[in-house]
Amino acid sequence: MTITKNHIIKLIKQNVRLDGRKNDEYRKPITVELGVTEGAEGSARVIIGDTEVVVGVKMEIMSPYPDSPDQGTIMVGAELIPFASPDYESGPPSIKAIELARVIDRGVRESKCLDFKSMCIKSGEKVWVCAIDIIPINAAGNMFDAGAIGALAALMDTRLPALEEKDGMYKINYEGERTEKIKLNNQPISCTVLKIGDNFVVDPLPEEEEIYDARLTVAVDESGDICAMQKGGDHALSADEIMKMVELASKKCGELRKFLPKK
Amino acid sequence: MKQRLDGRKFDEVRPVIAKVGIVKNAIGSAMFQIGKTRAIAAVYGPRELYPRFLQNPEKGLLRCNYNMLPFSGTNGGRIRPGGNRRAKEIGLVTQKALLPALDLSEFPNAVVDVFIEIEQSDAGTRCAGICAASMALAHAGFQMKDLVSAISVGIVDNEIIADIDYKEEHYPEFAKEEIKSEYSTDIPVAMMSNLDKFTLLQLDGRAKSDELKKSLEMAKKACQDIYEIQKKALKQAYEVQK
Repeated sequence: MTITKNHIIKLIKQNVRLDGRKNDEYRKPITVELGVTEGAEGSARVIIGDTEVVVGVKMEIMSPYPDSPDQGTIMVGAELIPFASPDYESGPPSIKAIELARVIDRGVRESKCLDFKSMCIKSGEKVWVCAIDIIPINAAGNMFDAGAIGALAALMDTRLPALEEKDGMYKINYEGERTEKIKLNNQPISCTVLKIGDNFVVDPLPEEEEIYDARLTVAVDESGDICAMQKGGDHALSADEIMKMVELASKKCGELRKFLPKK
Repeated sequence: MKQRLDGRKFDEVRPVIAKVGIVKNAIGSAMFQIGKTRAIAAVYGPRELYPRFLQNPEKGLLRCNYNMLPFSGTNGGRIRPGGNRRAKEIGLVTQKALLPALDLSEFPNAVVDVFIEIEQSDAGTRCAGICAASMALAHAGFQMKDLVSAISVGIVDNEIIADIDYKEEHYPEFAKEEIKSEYSTDIPVAMMSNLDKFTLLQLDGRAKSDELKKSLEMAKKACQDIYEIQKKALKQAYEVQK
């Protein structure tokens, strides 16, 4: 462990990563494919280097929360299934999976890319809930960014299922034709920057995720504004370091955005 | 039943796509799609088994985990993640379906983990899972006596049909003609085609003994076809790229 750590730090000082990349470089290829599973109302497969993630959106109806009777909502889940890595274990969601889901949830929620008010079916009675599930197929680092771009892409692919009303009761007909695309007002994307020693790197490998000092995930919307952040790691950051990390993340988000399907 | 809902012949299975090597982290992996039903399987191990009292000094343990992804249902809402009794049982019968083909005596005290995820479902998920898992184990390089192939045969409206789908499982609800029987019987079967032996047999519904006999014959034929597709997919993974 210490040997690997020292090796990684030494390399990064020379602006080289374990796989030969520069510190501020993403792996290749990056691909975003839409409509990858028929069961979901919207879905996407994201590949960043060896990391592969599938995201599916299921639309359901529920009673609204009492404090927002005219608003729909989202639910983000991430399952770090042992299918995708020898390091993942079966059982209830780990703290890593919960953090991942919540950080991606905030990016989608706070960018206001979904208009919750337009997801109201009948005020006080029924609203749409958009369940976004993030599933790694091959977990090889940087689940945050792959999951976030996947969540956005799956939402871009989402069409509402047929809604049937009978005597004031609502029911979804999942076998009926999906027609209306859900409206997206924004496109949040995230970039995670790690601080290792005195250097910053993006798109971390699993080995780097084991040894970093601090981590900052920054979600940026279409206008370039920051809409969610999460710091991780055991070490503290100075304001100067934070601003450098945010600047790098914003720049990288702009590059990642090019891989999104055209609107 | 004069005609199947999707126009297939009675003994016709849905189109099959098979591929190995879909998960780089795993030592063996495969995808098996039949119609809309798509299963993916990844194999990890042999690795140390904990808790230790589960260890067997004579041979390795095969552990099979079956799971439907939350968005895999093509006929309903989100499937809540986490284990349930159905998934546990399918994991068990999958293990029993694969064990006769596998020799783990070289790996005492160890475990071989097979993870099956259903990406898309339109009935027959356990069979698709077994097909994918068997290919993934072969891809991982374990010694095997045979590949395991699986198919679900149905007796629907008194007609024996291969590869029953969701609408056929719920035939009375979807039938476009007058029905003669209320029963939709589902018989998932797995077999080792070369050894001509069955390793999975379940039935729910109702069948006369001659119907069962005919169903098994139909399953045998379908499994042989599936076996050829599995074998081809495995060979393709090792073809030299020109």
